[in-house]
Formats: sequence, C-alpha cells, structure tokens
Amino acid sequence: MKNFLLQHKCLEWLRNGVFLAVIVTGTCLAIGRLWSPHPLVGKSGPQVKESNAGFQETVAKVNSAFQEEWKANALKAAEPAPNLTVARRLALSLAGTLPSVQEIRALEAQPEPDQVAWWISHLLSDQRFSDYFAERFARAFVGVDDGPFIVYRRRRLVEWLSAALTNNKPYDQLVREMIDAKGVWTTHPEVNFVTATVIPDRGPDKAKLAARVSRAFLGVRMDCVECHDGKLDLTWKQQDFHRLAAFFGPAQMALGGLQDDPQHPYEYRFLKKKEPEVVPAVVPWSPELVPDAGDSRQRLATWVTAPGNRPFARAIVNRVWALMFNRPLVTPVDSIPLEGPFPAALEILAEDFTQHGCDLRRLIRLVASTQVFQVDSRSSNDAEPQTELAEDHWATFPLTRLRPEQMAGSLIQASSLTTLDAETHILYRLKRQADTGEFLKRYGDFGEDEFGSQSGTIPQRLLMMNGNAVQDHVKPNPLFNASTRIATVAPDNTAAVETAYLAVFSRRPTPEEVAYFIDKLNVEQNQKPDMMADLYWTLMNATEFSWNH
Amino acid sequence: MNHPHDPFQACGSAAHFSRRSLLKSMGLLSASWLTPLADLLAVEAEQAPKGKPARSVIMLWMGGAPSQLDTFDPHPGSKIAGGLGAIPTAIKGVNFAPGLEQTASVMQDVSVIRSMVSLEGDHERAFYNIKTGYRPNPTLVHPSIGSIICHELPDAKIEIPTHVSIMPNQWPARGGFLGAEYDAFQIGDPLNPVPDVRAPVEGKRQDHRLDGLSVVERAFAKGRRTDLDQQTLHLATMDKARKLMTSDQLKAFDVSKVPTAERKAYGDTSFGRSCLAAVRLIEAGVRCVEITLNGWDTHANNLEGQGKQVAVLDPAYATLIKELKQRGLLEHTIVVCGGEFGRTPNINVVGGRDHWPTGFSMLVAGGGFAGGRVIGETDPTGEKKDPSNPVRVEDLHATVQSLMGIDHTKEVITPIGRPITLSEGRIIKELGA
Repeated sequence: MKNFLLQHKCLEWLRNGVFLAVIVTGTCLAIGRLWSPHPLVGKSGPQVKESNAGFQETVAKVNSAFQEEWKANALKAAEPAPNLTVARRLALSLAGTLPSVQEIRALEAQPEPDQVAWWISHLLSDQRFSDYFAERFARAFVGVDDGPFIVYRRRRLVEWLSAALTNNKPYDQLVREMIDAKGVWTTHPEVNFVTATVIPDRGPDKAKLAARVSRAFLGVRMDCVECHDGKLDLTWKQQDFHRLAAFFGPAQMALGGLQDDPQHPYEYRFLKKKEPEVVPAVVPWSPELVPDAGDSRQRLATWVTAPGNRPFARAIVNRVWALMFNRPLVTPVDSIPLEGPFPAALEILAEDFTQHGCDLRRLIRLVASTQVFQVDSRSSNDAEPQTELAEDHWATFPLTRLRPEQMAGSLIQASSLTTLDAETHILYRLKRQADTGEFLKRYGDFGEDEFGSQSGTIPQRLLMMNGNAVQDHVKPNPLFNASTRIATVAPDNTAAVETAYLAVFSRRPTPEEVAYFIDKLNVEQNQKPDMMADLYWTLMNATEFSWNH
Repeated sequence: MNHPHDPFQACGSAAHFSRRSLLKSMGLLSASWLTPLADLLAVEAEQAPKGKPARSVIMLWMGGAPSQLDTFDPHPGSKIAGGLGAIPTAIKGVNFAPGLEQTASVMQDVSVIRSMVSLEGDHERAFYNIKTGYRPNPTLVHPSIGSIICHELPDAKIEIPTHVSIMPNQWPARGGFLGAEYDAFQIGDPLNPVPDVRAPVEGKRQDHRLDGLSVVERAFAKGRRTDLDQQTLHLATMDKARKLMTSDQLKAFDVSKVPTAERKAYGDTSFGRSCLAAVRLIEAGVRCVEITLNGWDTHANNLEGQGKQVAVLDPAYATLIKELKQRGLLEHTIVVCGGEFGRTPNINVVGGRDHWPTGFSMLVAGGGFAGGRVIGETDPTGEKKDPSNPVRVEDLHATVQSLMGIDHTKEVITPIGRPITLSEGRIIKELGA
C-alpha cells in the first residue's frame, strides 16, 4: 500500500513537472517570437453570416451627418487616430481588455490600410467578444443581482446570450425569445429573463418586466410612472405602464417551469382607487403593430421587435454606441425621447439595422468604421488643443473613464505578453477569472449603471498604487508577469521600454519617455526586474491607463 | 431666539413649515438638487441656531437576522420562547434574553424598538432595505444611510475616509446614485493593517515611480483639453490618496496598541475590536462607521446559534456605549444595532427559526435618541403577526437623518430623472430625548 502511494505520489509529481515544463516552454517560445519578424497570428473563430450590402453607403451617410454638424458649429474634426489607438478602443469596447503584445505584432504584420478591419474581424470571431458583450447585455436585461434562488440562473442566461452573439443570432429574434420564453430556466436559459423577477409565492413581477422591456428593449423609461402619473415628464400616465405590464399577467410558474395561464389577468390598484382592477394589455404606442393572433407575450414580443417599431432599433443602436464609445449618443442610454429630436447618426444606423435583419455584428462594424470612431482624441496642433465642444459633437474621440471590468481586463492583459483568451491554458484562465473577481471586489463595480458619470475614488487610487491586486501583476515573477519577462528577455533597454509601453498603453513611447526610462533601466541585470516593475507601476498609475482615448 | 434642534417636536408642527418646505411646496426645490437660489434662501432661513444635532453614526448590522425572542424581546414561559428564560434590564419591567447582562445594564442610555416591520423577507433585499430605507428597485440604486449623511454633511478637515465599513458582508454600504465616492471604505479586522495604504516600495524607488509619472502625464496631456486635470480629476484623486497614506489620522484604525485590558472589555473578538476601532474613528472625526456581525441565520439549532452570537455582541455593545459615554461622544453619536429582519416565533422541526420581517427588534442610542424607552410590543403567543405601534424601516431612517440635522424630506433628482426624498419615513416621536 505504502509503495503504491509512493508510486502514485511520484506519478503526480511527474505529471506536474511535465505540465509546468509545457507551460514554461510554450510561453518562452511565444515570448521569443514576440521579437521575431514573423509574429504569431491569432486564430479566427467560426465564420458567421453577416450582411455587407450597402455597408459603405451607411458609413458615408453617418460621416456626412457629423461633418454637417461640425460645419454648423465651426468645428474641425481631429486627424485620424493611429491604428494602434483605434485597436485599443476596439479591444476595450468589444472584449473589455487591451490588445496583447502578441496581437499587436500580428496586427502590424497586416498591410496598414487593412489593419483596423482585420482587427475588428479578429475580435468579433473571438470568444472574448461574445462573453464580454453577453455580460453587458445581461446587465441591461436582468441586472447584476443573483436574484431569486432556484428559479433564476443568471449564468445560464449569459451563456445563452454569448452563444447567440457567437452565432450572430438576429437581435429581434433574441429579444422575442426572451419576452416569450416558456419552460424551465435550466433547459431554456432565455426563461431566466422572466424568472429573474420572480417573487416567492407570487411569481414573476409584472411591473419589473414592463420596466425592463421598456428600458432595455425600447429605450423608454416608463417605470417612472409605476406609482403615479408623470410629474415632470407628462408623456406617460400610470395606466400606460400597467397596461404594458398586463401583457405579462398570464405568466405563471408551474410544474413545467414558466407558462402562460390566460385565466390569470393582471390586476392593479391605481392611485386614489379603493380596489384593484383588471388591467387590459395595451401597448403604449403603435397599436396597429400588435398581431391579433398568439398569446399575450407572443403578441408583445412581436410588437416590441416589429420593423415599424423604430424605438426598438434606436435603443440597441444607442446601447451599442455607448458600449463602443463608453458614452451613448443619447444620454441616459435607456431614455430616448419617443418623438425626438434624434441625432442623425442614431436614425441612419437604426434604419440600417432594421433593413439588414437586426444584424448586431454589422452594427458594430458600422460604428467602428465611422470617422468619429477613428478620429484622434487629441489635436495635432499644440496651439489649438481639444475642447469640450469638440468632444460633445464627436469631432474628437471623447475621453471617458474605463469601467471597472475594463480596468481589470487591462491590468491582467497588460501583465501578460501573450493573449489571454479562450485558447489560453485553463490554469491561466482560472487565474484570470480569480484576479478579475478580486480586483472588482476592491475597485468596485458599476452594476447596471454602466454609463453613468461615475467619478474615480480614493480607494480605487489606493488599490492601483498599493493594492495586492495590482502588485501581484507588476512585481518580479518570472512565471506570470510580463514586466519580469521583458526585463530578462528583451534584447536591449530600448526594446524593453517599448514593449512595456505596447503592453500597457498600446503605443510606443515618445523620445522623451524612451530617454527617461532607459536611463532608469541602466542597472545591473539582477536589478532589472525591479526597475521594470517600477516602470509598469508608473504606467498603470497614469491617467492614460485608466481612460479610454 | 434659540430653537433647540428637536425633530420630534418639530415634525408636522407649524414651526416645521419652514422656508425650505414652503419653497418646496412652490415647486422651486423639486426640479433639481436644491437649485442654487432656492438653496440659498432655504439655508438662510434655517440658519438660526437649533441646538446640537448629532455628528456621527455607528450602525451595527447583525447579518443573517437575530431572533428577537432570543435577544431583546423574549417571552419567557410562553410556547414560542423555546424554553429560554429572561433577565431584567436597567429599564424597569423590561427583560432581555439571558446572555445580554452587560447590555441590560446600559439600557438607561439605550431604547429598544420591538416593533420593526418591513416587507422584505429575503436577506439580500432586506439588507438593501435596512441600509437604504428603500426597497430594491431595478431602476435605481439607493444610497446607504451613511452615504446620505456623508453627502449631506461634508467635512473638509478630515483626511481619512468619512464613511467606513468594518468587516462588511457581501453588501457593504454603497453610495448608489450619489456616486461611488460615497461608498464606504472597507476594512477587515482592525487588528490587521488598513488595506492599500502602505506603498509596496519605499524611499528612492517610490520616488522613481512617482517621478516617472510626470513624464508620462506630460506626454498624455499634449494636444488635449487645457482643463484635462479638472476633466479627469485623476491626479487630484491620487494626491488625496497619497495624503491619506501619510495622515496621522490613520492611527485611529490601529487598535493593536490599545492596552490589552481595554481591548478585552469588548470581548476578544473581531467584532469587539471593530467596536473599539469605531470609537477611535468617531473621535478622529469619521462621520459614519458600519460594523457587521454575521452568523445570526439560525434555521437550525436556533437556541445554540443565537447564544453564541449573543456572547459576541453583549460585551462589545455594552462597552461601546459605556466608552462613548465616558469620552463624551455618546451625546452626538447615534448607535443603531439590529438585523435585516427577525425570526419566526414558531420553532421548526430542526430546532431553528426562519425569517420574520414583522415585529423584530432594534436598539437605538445616543445622538438625541432617548434612553430607557421601549417602543411596540409583539404577541406573546406568536399568533398575531403584526406588532403594536409598528415602526417601519424607513421611519428609523427618517429619524436618524433628522437627528443628524438633515431634512429627510429634501427631494433630490435621481439619475433616472425621478425626484426622490432622502427618506420616505416618518420621525419616531416617542424616541425623542
């Protein structure tokens, strides 16, 4: 028995040794190739159907709309931003992270005019995009709370959204499936959209569902009139909100999961009324778009996503725009006036979205291809620095604070030279997951209000300066940390500084920066890891690291 | 004319129909965070000295929900008592559960509300409710009581965080729609150093790190807005963080140098040390401290579970009250102690008590709260659900805000454009000192 255990232990050690050797060899090979003339090229994911017809025409329309706006306001657009800056914006907005040095090498191996388009395709085919966008959508659709125990599995819904994004499921279909979901929340993950609101012993919360549908899918805040008629905004009456909620009246929890029971009407006691009354299911606008056939939620789902129901397209355009710029076209992201006025770009993109099968990837590509997404965030003329007015009119890329999950993603990716993606070894992915959780716990999480103007806090700065969540990614560690690897593998100090800048800032240093930092690296080889740790600390604590630009 | 600050007298009276409420009734204040003109007029009108409002708050959250029957509202000899007896307190005719002897002895300075009611019976929702005074709402994150107080009563003199959460559970106090800067600063057991305030490198290396920053910042600022620093506030926030790192006031967090005997009076527990740290933080000028004592969720073996918790709470709570009083801090420090709800009168098959949001107990003391009073009564048979003289969670919030000198009826505009009052509760008049 003892011998067996000993043998077993030896085997375990042997297995661990082989495993470590594979990781170390693999990473060394990868790092070695970061300085080679033939960089690694990321693998592309599954090919999915996307619509290309009229693409350039829509981009041109959006561009000319903004150009007219600038002309009217005597503004001049900033110069196009460097490709690497655009790549950083895209990585942050589509995957919540930075481009790795490995990816930057691959990007720069493409012909310069094709680099941005190549990079968008690279990101859209990456699992990181589907997972990241799925989480952002989930925040709008069901919030961030764990919700009711047993009948709600948020994780299942996020996975379902991620799969839909990977397959580029038409957005209208995605929304219809959630509103009209039936069955058990584990086998039909879309059901969690409804069960997220379940109140024990009372079933789905119809008012909450009406609030979610109107805000997340239609960009209209009707929930302000849940308890009384509008006080400041007179658009809605209390009755409008509850008539919308009434579509969810029949939704009940039964033995087979979520089902509709037509015998279960929606009842509500309105303000100043003594008794609750049965509320009919009536949509707040465009009743002609409601089909006659189908059950209550089917009819609502069809109406919400009808091609003629323009608020539906506007809402998703505004949300995708917000995710890509960290700032919506119309603020707040889920409150677009029903009758306008609308920014020209919102209307052009909403029309395109409706005309091309509610194709989310096409919408993302369109936004990324516009002039406003690709202009610089700074002025090329020192005598004429950027202004708030230029930012407000998108004549320059607006400076916005990174959201917490983007900070976590940036920190973790910047401390690795190779790409941390779905193909990374499971151990690294688990570490990444744990590190993200630890970072967000201390840094804070915006929750659902992702685009609110949250200010930076003192604990956040303390965490970035002194916290273990940051130090562990910066301090000398030859197995995990990029700073140490650069210190030991970079051919010279200039290359070391440049690689650190590419990893942390996605740009090359200015001559002044190179001169300053190579001087600091002019130390004995054994002190270099510490000096590189200091450089990493400095870069990660700079404004540039915490802001999208 | 000297009007003592007395929210219990003023609410609903003609005197309370102040310039502020008059302006509000005219709609002047409802359109935004107190419009500048209206605010000026209102403040001017209310600047008459009104005595001393409370200065600080300590919230002791009993996470998991204590059983009122096994703590502050025992019904000895009844079917629902579970065989538990009772001990007398400093309030004549009022008994507590055994194990709370020290707390019982300070009740002349403390009042007990035995009729707290809420509509939330789920831990997460109820915690949200008890901390914010509002029920969870998918469209809005309400600020915690400490965040509201710090927002309404800023203090420029203090270098350390004015809102501190010691040993929080998964729901620490949040700034909600007031902004993340009003989130509580979280620390663990005060025996451990405050997190993230010590630079990982020292001396020359720290200087190197900071010097390099100016080179990087200069490169980033090129061609950007001339007011970049005001736009991002990045460097200003960093300066404040660095000021905190070297502040003398940080010592208030460190209880390791407090004499052992003094520390032991609180009980040798992390909760006890947290209460000790709270006194020192309040003394240093911190506005709000919340401390969480988890472990009260006794769905099984209730008697044993509650007993263990009581043994931790009793010395810490009693010593906290005594020390605040001794140091002259109790008169301007509010201390609230209670859980997110109570526990069922009936004992289940595994000897546990389940969730009970009607008729649970809270202790209130200091800062203008009267001591030695009892509000409400629960049914000794456990059959009647509703207690007499019910106090809603929002009423407690309104009272605390009011004692802090904050007009709890003040309306603010939330990010979703909905006007909301700081609290929708009513002041509990019976608790006036």
